[in-house]
Amino acid sequence: MTLTEKVLARASGKAHVQPGDNVWVNVDVLMTHDVCGPGTIGVFKREFGQHAKVWDQSKVVIIPDHYIFTADSMSNRNVDILRSFVHEQKLPYFYDVIDDPTGEWKFDASKGQLERQYGSNYTGVCHTTLPWKGHTRPGEILFGTDSHTCMAGAFNQFATGIGNTDAGFILGTGKLLIKVPETMRFFLEGALPLGVMAKDVILHVIGEIGFDGATYRAMQWEGPGVYSLSMDDRMTIANMAIEAGGKNGIFPCDQKTLDYVNERVAENGTKSEFEPVEIDAAQVFSYDKVFDLSKLEPTVACHPDPGNRKLAKELEHIHLDRAYIGSCTGGKTSDFLAFAEVVRGKTVKIDTVGVPATTKVVRELKEILWGGQSVWQILQSAGVQLTENASCAACLGGPVDTFGRLNKPMKCISATNRNFPGRMGNKESEVFLASPYTVAASALTGRITDPRTFMS
Amino acid sequence: MAHTVTSPVYVVRDNIDTDQIIPAQYLTLVPTIAEEYVKLGSYALIGLPDALYPKRFISEGDISTPYKIVIAGRNFGCGSSREHAPIALGAAGVEAVVADGFARIFFRNCVATGEVYPYDSPVRLCDVLHTGDVATLDFDVDTLTVGGTVYSLKPLGEVRPVIDAGGIFNFARQSGMIAGEAPSH
Repeated sequence: MTLTEKVLARASGKAHVQPGDNVWVNVDVLMTHDVCGPGTIGVFKREFGQHAKVWDQSKVVIIPDHYIFTADSMSNRNVDILRSFVHEQKLPYFYDVIDDPTGEWKFDASKGQLERQYGSNYTGVCHTTLPWKGHTRPGEILFGTDSHTCMAGAFNQFATGIGNTDAGFILGTGKLLIKVPETMRFFLEGALPLGVMAKDVILHVIGEIGFDGATYRAMQWEGPGVYSLSMDDRMTIANMAIEAGGKNGIFPCDQKTLDYVNERVAENGTKSEFEPVEIDAAQVFSYDKVFDLSKLEPTVACHPDPGNRKLAKELEHIHLDRAYIGSCTGGKTSDFLAFAEVVRGKTVKIDTVGVPATTKVVRELKEILWGGQSVWQILQSAGVQLTENASCAACLGGPVDTFGRLNKPMKCISATNRNFPGRMGNKESEVFLASPYTVAASALTGRITDPRTFMS
Repeated sequence: MAHTVTSPVYVVRDNIDTDQIIPAQYLTLVPTIAEEYVKLGSYALIGLPDALYPKRFISEGDISTPYKIVIAGRNFGCGSSREHAPIALGAAGVEAVVADGFARIFFRNCVATGEVYPYDSPVRLCDVLHTGDVATLDFDVDTLTVGGTVYSLKPLGEVRPVIDAGGIFNFARQSGMIAGEAPSH
């Protein structure tokens, strides 16, 4: 069996499963957030009753992260709906924006968008929070009401996005009926060359198989190249399985995985037992291809879909209005460090916006010193508008006052993961997806730029 | 249920993602709150670029659509997992989307909610039909008839009774998988 089949077989109590089987799986973690949480809670209460209890409090994780730093009153209300549900159900894992468990959240627009407006429990983007707070474990089943839930496949688990109705069903029963997907194998060899990042790997692969090339399928990453990648790199790759239509992305478990997970579960006191799934000798794939990492070059997905692949060096005629770094896939500390490597000591030429994925990223960027200056200061000196308010922000547009949102037709290069029309706000805008290196180099020139221009 | 629906069709191309079906700014609306459900419907497909789709799916000031059938290309409903997408279409009055193919989560959300029938078409209908063409969808024999031409659609198979029942919870109750009375919707 493939990695995905092994996780699904175990979770459904079967010795063997094969693609096409419909199986009931036991859920290890259900995650929801402020956009789909209120609807999920609505489904749960409508179907199981106003006084129903969730199936297992320790398996529900609620992370407000989408529409937080906005004066939109309905968005603020939605965070309050999450808080009252958490209070009523006594849920232990809720990363609230305010510290008062019975308070109400109201964003203060008069303080502006850049200055911190959250309490001590707030974390930021759900997919980046889950591993940080010890909720991702090898061999487990994670469902989330967000399509980028597949990012947790980096940790050797089955993770995928679902809708409110399925999530409401899980809240009541702890189970979900799913179809076992076929597996596609992406066998990586070599190591990433100068100027090339994990983001380029996934953009290259999506370009190869097409925007719907993995529809209904699992994307399994294997080979010696995989073990050279950091956990952050693996997250970036797994995150974008959905951009090829994939059901999930999944990586093998190695010492890096174990070290990462063991440290996080110990730090947070979350469940520490888990059982990774190992690669079998006999696996059946619907697609199997070798990719040599050392041959890759800085890659861009052009408007209007993540499969519209070009090399950065072919696009140097495209003038830009904005550069954006942030989101689950592109707003990690390692992403900002790569970005800072390129812009350090220089000045950006276009409007450049940075939104750290989590509050931990904000803290680390302020703590990490390069030549006596924090990375935060280095980025600010280069002209990057950085906010302390970690969230999904303009990656998905959001309410009109969202920081960094494209509120008029413009061309934006972005370290995020999706570029369909209207994704970052204005529906006549064009979004180009690229690595933090490429976004940084393009911010410096105002045109799409191969980052190797600035590296030696 | 009615076994046929006759309506003008609304034709879109490939890769209509959930941001075009219901843009992110409207996700503050909670679908399980009745008045917000209706409002979601009024914004269905408002994210389509005006230049490509000059004829609006829902006319200015209206809350529902005259197009009960949407014709689409490949990968309809790709992007986010927001259930608001099939709900917005259903709330606007859409009964079926007939496409070359669907993104996985959107398809699943159609079934789970019972909001719309997601039919696969072996013929690429978005190249053949035009917005405003009147079509009859026959749910008994899985065909779409337009001006005397009959197109066979791929039967929905095992998910069909779930949508007929009005979604996964109603189906589970009807088939005895979960106990209890269906709540009033």
